[in-house]
Amino acid sequence: MIEMSEVYKTYPNGVLAINGIDIKINQGEFVYVVGPSGAGKSTFIKMMYREEKPSSGKIIINGVDLSTLKESKVPMLRRQIGVVFQDFKLLSKLTVFENVAFALEVIGENPKSIKKRVLDVLDLVQLKHKARFFPDELSGGEQQRVSIARSIVNNPAVMIADEPTGNLDPDTSWEIMHLFEEINNRGTTILMATHNKEIVNTLKKRVIAIEDGKIVRDEARGEYGIYD
Amino acid sequence: MINTLGRHLRESLKSLARNTWMTFASISAVTVTLILVGTFLVIMMNLNHVASNLEKDVEIRVLIDVTADEKAQQTLKSEIEKISQVDSIVFSPKEKELDNLVESLGEEGKSFELFEQNNPLNDVFVVKAKNPRDTAAVAEQISGLDNASKVRYGQDQVDKLFDAISVARNIGIGLIIGLIFTAMFLISNTIKITIIARKREIEIMRLVGATNGFIRWPFFLEGLLLGVFGAVIPIALISVSYQSLYTWALPKLQGSFVEVLPLSPFVFQISAILLLIGALIGVWGSLMSVRKFLKV
Repeated sequence: MIEMSEVYKTYPNGVLAINGIDIKINQGEFVYVVGPSGAGKSTFIKMMYREEKPSSGKIIINGVDLSTLKESKVPMLRRQIGVVFQDFKLLSKLTVFENVAFALEVIGENPKSIKKRVLDVLDLVQLKHKARFFPDELSGGEQQRVSIARSIVNNPAVMIADEPTGNLDPDTSWEIMHLFEEINNRGTTILMATHNKEIVNTLKKRVIAIEDGKIVRDEARGEYGIYD
Repeated sequence: MINTLGRHLRESLKSLARNTWMTFASISAVTVTLILVGTFLVIMMNLNHVASNLEKDVEIRVLIDVTADEKAQQTLKSEIEKISQVDSIVFSPKEKELDNLVESLGEEGKSFELFEQNNPLNDVFVVKAKNPRDTAAVAEQISGLDNASKVRYGQDQVDKLFDAISVARNIGIGLIIGLIFTAMFLISNTIKITIIARKREIEIMRLVGATNGFIRWPFFLEGLLLGVFGAVIPIALISVSYQSLYTWALPKLQGSFVEVLPLSPFVFQISAILLLIGALIGVWGSLMSVRKFLKV
């Protein structure tokens, strides 16, 4: 599903962010990526959806080799990957419904099928009743659920979340985690970078710990560790 | 496809409406530029037309020696006919030359009527070259022949006119290129503002896998629309004013050597050229910004 071998990444300013990573993640896995700030978590995650290119090494996602992927094929790769962020990245001038529909409109989906798919996914995140609300009228947890709905509306094989609970209170964070579990149970691979110790230690999943651009720990049902 | 195009068009129009002042400034710049381009084109194309008409009428007047008898005249005529570039040769006796002179001088010419008994003018051969451009060469050859006392032609004036046209053209082109760049710069700035205003939208589009073409389309359309909207007033203005100028000037120019280009197809050609230039300015302007600011 996801495979990295001997991946290195040096930024143009000389910073070595990833210092030799080899990893394999199978279809349907749920993986936490932990580690101190500045350890390379974000770079690791960004390379998955080709926001950053590795300086050397091989990355294969869903059978697609990212190192030889043509620039023009990057959009096709991203249609198979849903991405969720700490800051939700919703469009404030669009309603909940329109925000989710946007993801389908811009990849040229048939307008007739869009409505049904959006309503289905809003049902899944339990926001169907707020479809006409604007993001500013929602709580943080609800906004994150909209952004999750947007990321999975196209049925991606992989979902990548960069600190999805970073802006949320503990109760709301758990709501989001249960939603992730549900999505994972439907077969979607989930990769989640997080600083939330409680979640990692309670909802036990595979844990990959990154320090100084290297994987220092990879445990099937791991602990968060001693990072801040 | 139709659907996406409609969507792009809606997006472009929306952002044009949102950046009212930049839209207004860009369209005005295109408008001013195109009015000048249009006026310039009207003038230059008409001048060219007049000049080529004049050139077609250029004739060589071969003044025959007063001493030449009829036989010598015939020899001269056949010599001239032998020159390959010569198209036609017409004999004009000195009596006719005097009539022409008297007529062209009007009232004052009356005093010349006294000369009729003692006509000081020469008989003349009026020669035309097949190609007006050869006039000078033909005149040169004729002047070497016996009994051709003087050879005159109007090519000098025509050449001077062409020189003047080409100077005017160069100045005009320089001015217009400057204006076109100003208009392009304004459009590219408008597009830049749109790109910045829609930064988050573009970011999300990239994340969910919209193609680069899809992301760029609205910006191209926005530039194109700015250029096309900017062409509307110049086209209307030039068409209407050329039409009224034409109807006003036509009776006055009747019979003179000056001839203006007829309304159709000239007005349509000018309109098409202006629309095309407007569209190009718009698309090029947006291209500059999209290349620079839209990293997709």
